[in-house]
Amino acid sequence: MAIGAPHPETWLKVTPAGLYCEPGGFYVDPVRAVERAVISHGHADHARPGHGAVLGTAATLAIMAARMGAGRIGVPQALRYGEVLEIGGVRLWLAPAGHVLGSAQVCLEWRGSRAVVSGDYKRQRDPSCAPFLVTPCDVFVTEATFALPVFRHPSPEGEVAKLLRSVALFPERTHVVGCYALGKCQRLIMLLREAGWDRPIYLHGAQQKLCTLYEELGVKLGLLPGATVANKSEMVGGIVLAPPSAVQDRWARRLSDPVVVAASGWMRVRQRAKMGGVELPLVISDHADWDDLNRTIDEVGAPEVWVTHGRDDALVHAMAQRGIRGRALHLVGLGEEDEAEPAPDDAAVPA
Amino acid sequence: MSLPAFAELLERLVFTPGRNAKLALLRGWFQAQPDPDRGIGLAALTEELKFSAAKPAMVRELVAGRVDQVLLALSHDYVGDFAETVALIWPVREGVNAPPPTLAEVVEALETTPKAELPALIAGWLDTLDATGRFALIKLVTGGLRVGVSARLARVALAEWSGQPVADIEEIWHGIAPPYLPIFRWLEGQAERPDPLDTPVFRPLMLAHPLEDSDIAALEPAAWRAEWKWDGIRVQLVSGPGGRRLWSRGGEDVSGAFPEITAAMDFHGVLDGELLVVRDGVVAPFADLQQRLNRKTVGAKLQKDHPAGVRLYDLLFDGTEDLRALPFDERRLRLEAFVAREQPRRMDLSVQIAFASMPQLAEVRAGARAASIEGLMLKRGDSPYVAGRVKGLWWKWKRDPLSVDAVLMYAQRGHGKRSSFYSDYTFGLWRPDGQGGEELVPIGKAYSGYTDEELAWLDKWIRAHTTARFGPVREVEKELVLEVVFDAAQLSGRHKSGVALRFPRIERIRRDKPASEADRLDNLMSTIAAPPPAA
Repeated sequence: MAIGAPHPETWLKVTPAGLYCEPGGFYVDPVRAVERAVISHGHADHARPGHGAVLGTAATLAIMAARMGAGRIGVPQALRYGEVLEIGGVRLWLAPAGHVLGSAQVCLEWRGSRAVVSGDYKRQRDPSCAPFLVTPCDVFVTEATFALPVFRHPSPEGEVAKLLRSVALFPERTHVVGCYALGKCQRLIMLLREAGWDRPIYLHGAQQKLCTLYEELGVKLGLLPGATVANKSEMVGGIVLAPPSAVQDRWARRLSDPVVVAASGWMRVRQRAKMGGVELPLVISDHADWDDLNRTIDEVGAPEVWVTHGRDDALVHAMAQRGIRGRALHLVGLGEEDEAEPAPDDAAVPA
Repeated sequence: MSLPAFAELLERLVFTPGRNAKLALLRGWFQAQPDPDRGIGLAALTEELKFSAAKPAMVRELVAGRVDQVLLALSHDYVGDFAETVALIWPVREGVNAPPPTLAEVVEALETTPKAELPALIAGWLDTLDATGRFALIKLVTGGLRVGVSARLARVALAEWSGQPVADIEEIWHGIAPPYLPIFRWLEGQAERPDPLDTPVFRPLMLAHPLEDSDIAALEPAAWRAEWKWDGIRVQLVSGPGGRRLWSRGGEDVSGAFPEITAAMDFHGVLDGELLVVRDGVVAPFADLQQRLNRKTVGAKLQKDHPAGVRLYDLLFDGTEDLRALPFDERRLRLEAFVAREQPRRMDLSVQIAFASMPQLAEVRAGARAASIEGLMLKRGDSPYVAGRVKGLWWKWKRDPLSVDAVLMYAQRGHGKRSSFYSDYTFGLWRPDGQGGEELVPIGKAYSGYTDEELAWLDKWIRAHTTARFGPVREVEKELVLEVVFDAAQLSGRHKSGVALRFPRIERIRRDKPASEADRLDNLMSTIAAPPPAA
């Protein structure tokens, strides 16, 4: 930060609607409808309907329009990665976050002081979106979904290999993978394709729309028929992708002796996986794990880090040991979609 | 193959609820793994191979030396299980490129490494493994491997994999030690079936089907022999030049708990009988016998106050002569002659009950009031002694139909003075899972009927066998059988099982009974469809 530059907390404020950039007059990922919003990515807890004007990458805007209807997203303005915009003296640009297609870190600079609002991000390779770009800054705003040292995501290629070994071991069963419809689903498809799985991958109806959109945006996914009753026998020995809620539900009963698979960072902890009745847990996450959170914080070199949501206690403790000032923002409304932490549920116990 | 392959098997078994899928996983293991690792893995899964070289405290110290205390505490708090926390949090050391150990290396090193060098050895192994592998290793070296694979299930998997009858495998099982190389050679067709010679091996028991009211009319009295069904535990007594063993019906060696019985086995042969506590010729209730179960050794006072005896049902081997193919009537004559000749101490013959008609036998059954009698056994006079439960040869005709042997599934903490105990139990019965296998379905909840001692024992068991937690509820390994008595069973649309029990209470803990032999939902349903006459 240049000498005499204002500390970001003087111009980037925590409000009930979310982070507000005062001189620019806009919010980043606001949780309620506002006049002007900058959106980091298309997950519903970051991209909400009803804003006056929205700014984001073209892919994010397209995802929002596909999910909530073009009429509900507000007046869109697309920005390419790295393209700089000046709003009320604030320089704004978007940098890839590696989370899902179109996901961006919102980089803000005002009077020589720079804050980067990273949104959700990961550092692992993901063939379905652009990789995270390190942007040095004075304040780095980070998520902390998996901010405990027990969360270390293994290589996704290894996890997909595990799935394919299981498919080979149970050729008479259908593997149904619970995965979030935006991002995880398409990443899994691409990982499977890379691993040589060129057979059709069957989709629950809720997964179809975004896969079609990804294809339109240039991400090639291969043959993706619907997981319909008519396909039951065809799906034996095959792979079906469905929303996490559907794999446990009546819906999955249409499949032949399904092996319930879940792909999520939470699968790293056994009891979490068992609680959901998962037979094959795969640790594949679109969020940074403990090591990557800390590595990223070190690489951006910010002396101060704000933690939006997740396990801020462990992260703030770890940063303090390295002389980095941590501040928990306790933003409400974030972390409720994609890899939302499953709640312990007594109702899971049959009476 | 190395430890990671075993770790993956372990993880899949833990997460796999279905019996058939478990069998498939085990078959895959036998198929893919080389010797001796496959046999070592098998023995570790069934806990025939158990280590206690490393204590959990050692693992605690190892991790404390590598991880920040605050982060460790936060993580432990989040994960719950300490071994799992360590497995997950163990930091990767840059530059480690040693391959992970094989199971055989682990086993050998644990036996030969001096105690002081164990921590460094284990830490070195942990450095070569991923989280799944570390979890398996920690559970393995601390003796806490719990995956719900019974020795029986493992042998069924071996039978399915090799095409050999499971009874043929069971007969030699106890004669061959891990890693079972001669057994695998035989199963792969590279050698003859190993001969256990004089080793006192377990032979699978012959079991009875429950007699339904609808079956009774078809029974021709002259073809059947009746005996009391005593309420003890079924045992097999094996004695000869190679040694003496007392086997439970599941093939567990219970010799150590009943030294007075093995001391009395001065004969050469194999007998089938009921182990009971007998005082002055009178059989004591099951609870008395329970005092003697699950002990490695037993003191003089317990032997004096709870003297054990065996009521003999059958003779399988007279000397080295295998009698199992003979009809029951002939075996009975041989048994009587055997007892007259050997006069074994602490043993007597099971009495045969004379009857001319089934209604007459029903009266005898209804008239038996002793708590030590469960009902009647009906054995066909011409039945050979065959392994397992062959329909139509032996029937058990239990006296009190309003009881089920259910499997403990979940436990919850109680209230008031019991608030620190897991005192509310959800139990279930078996039913077909729709894929040719079996699954447990909960049929009710009970929170009474046990003694304080039993409550304490259950609480301890539950804490040691927890597989998942849901708030105040723990899910446990599906291993413990509870005899549940109840006033009535009613059809219910509100319950997943379709049945509701009236005032169920825990009558007894059946530590002797394998979970797979708990009652089936069908049996309970049939008592509702055709209510038994009031006892």
